[in-house]
Amino acid sequence: MEIDQEKKLVIGIGAESRGDDAVGLLVARRLRGKTPAGVTIREATGHIAAFIEDWDRASAVFLVDAARSGSAPGTLHRIDVAEKALPSKGLRWSTHGAGIGEAVELARALGRLPRRLTIYGIEGKSFEAGKPLSMEAERGARLAVDAILQELTRDERGRCTGGV
Amino acid sequence: MKSDRPRGRTIRVDHLARVEGEGGLYIKVKGSQVLEVKLNIFEPPRFFEAFLRGRDFREAPDITARICGICPVAYQMSAVHALENALGVQVGGALRNLRRLLYCGEWIESHALHVTLLHAPDFLGYPDGIRMAREHPQAVRRGLGLKKAGNEIVTVLGGREIHPINVRVGGFYRVPSRQELQPLEEKLKRARDAALEMVRWTAKLNFPELEQSYEFVTLRHPTEYPLNEGRIVSSSGLDISAAEYEDHFAEEQAPHSNALHSTLRGRAAYLVGPLARYNLNFERLSPLAREAARAAGLGPTCRNPFQSIVVRSVEILYACDEALRLISEYEPPERAFVEVEPRPSSGAACTEAPRGLLYHRYRIAADGSIVEAKIVPPTSQNQKTIEGDLLSFVESHLGLAKDELQASCEQVVRNYDPCISCATHFLTLELEKD
Repeated sequence: MEIDQEKKLVIGIGAESRGDDAVGLLVARRLRGKTPAGVTIREATGHIAAFIEDWDRASAVFLVDAARSGSAPGTLHRIDVAEKALPSKGLRWSTHGAGIGEAVELARALGRLPRRLTIYGIEGKSFEAGKPLSMEAERGARLAVDAILQELTRDERGRCTGGV
Repeated sequence: MKSDRPRGRTIRVDHLARVEGEGGLYIKVKGSQVLEVKLNIFEPPRFFEAFLRGRDFREAPDITARICGICPVAYQMSAVHALENALGVQVGGALRNLRRLLYCGEWIESHALHVTLLHAPDFLGYPDGIRMAREHPQAVRRGLGLKKAGNEIVTVLGGREIHPINVRVGGFYRVPSRQELQPLEEKLKRARDAALEMVRWTAKLNFPELEQSYEFVTLRHPTEYPLNEGRIVSSSGLDISAAEYEDHFAEEQAPHSNALHSTLRGRAAYLVGPLARYNLNFERLSPLAREAARAAGLGPTCRNPFQSIVVRSVEILYACDEALRLISEYEPPERAFVEVEPRPSSGAACTEAPRGLLYHRYRIAADGSIVEAKIVPPTSQNQKTIEGDLLSFVESHLGLAKDELQASCEQVVRNYDPCISCATHFLTLELEKD
């Protein structure tokens, strides 16, 4: 399916073999088949600069990634970034080469920010290579799946009833 | 006349930015003499050669792909060619062409990322690609569009854009139909136009003066611009097969680096990568790429490492052109792979990774387990040459102010697109005066 037809994009970001860093990928996998029509789910493991290409063609983009802010592991963060820059302090997103913050700012510089850009961050516990997902991140993943589904479903209901 | 130049100074860059991995830079100057130049690679050793021992030879392409998230195809290609050489297998026809197409995809994505987000900010005076994007959005959009086109080739042939999973010793697990390749054509035609614009754009940048008398080392094929196959040749007359590589090249430990330094035995440092390929294979480029290079003022020889940004753009253009040719001529083969049976043997191969010559050698046992593996990546081969460039550059630019000299030194390193691994770090600088 061409991205032009898409209305919403959910991108799970992560690294498979770095403990809780895989949590964004897990959330994306669990959302597959459960979202309303018009939602595309993607997994991203590489350089985030490559997929900002498609952001401006979606009405809303949801990014899901592991976070490290000092909160309790498993905590779910939600940040709406379409209107303001990501906080540079307090949250440290992911262990990937180019982080979410850079991708968001690059998209902003290129005029590619979607109308809505929401980041879900799941506080990780361990990012050690070769380790499995922690129980806390697993719990956070469940919270994220529920929250994103709720948000997407609410949008869908609003659309069907002519609301906003 | 009294000079206002400091009598001694040290440039120390603890973490190089906009390179793939963890590295630093240390330069010590006294008066007009550069006393010490070190490219510090402190990325921890990764022991891939040891991981491979005892594993089945069929696993080598997927294990070695994990060495790099930017150029996994290069590792897969060197692995499969080395193992096929060991086992006396020839892979030709459409399977060979598909490998070449896959490699084109990797060149396009890797070069486009480096040219646009890692290297161009140096020439235009920005600390990073994001700030450059605010004032040069069109150039960044173009670069990201090219990267996407390269990724799409890798996804179609490799199953996914990073660490593809469809490459096997003897060929592929599955080959695409003509219909599956066809959508790439339109995208690659647009990408080729974008690459042509990129060549023109990079040609207008200002290049600091630095002409070096490198010994260029590259593959050379009788008819093709080199990707998967060819003899190892140099600008000083070397002409050997991959099997002879270790007779002519040596690796040595340098205390300041976790990557081994390579030298040509009995000679010295040498250069691998786009400049070497271009200088020794200019006439193998497609007519369009040659014409664009000439129009960009390059000519058949280029010895200024700062102009590697133009050469990379020419190679992107070539890769788009070549990918289109390969797709238009594609007829799916009857079988996706050639059967390969293990036997006690050893074999070596070199292919041209985006950053240059990538050497693999394997020895395998009767049951197909790997007994010994050796891998020499291009960045390790270029380390001594990068240090040589830094020495020459600093010696001839000692009059530059501290910030400018340091920025230029980092740019000298980035001329090589060093792939230390897959992380970007922030820069801190210490400049000490005696």
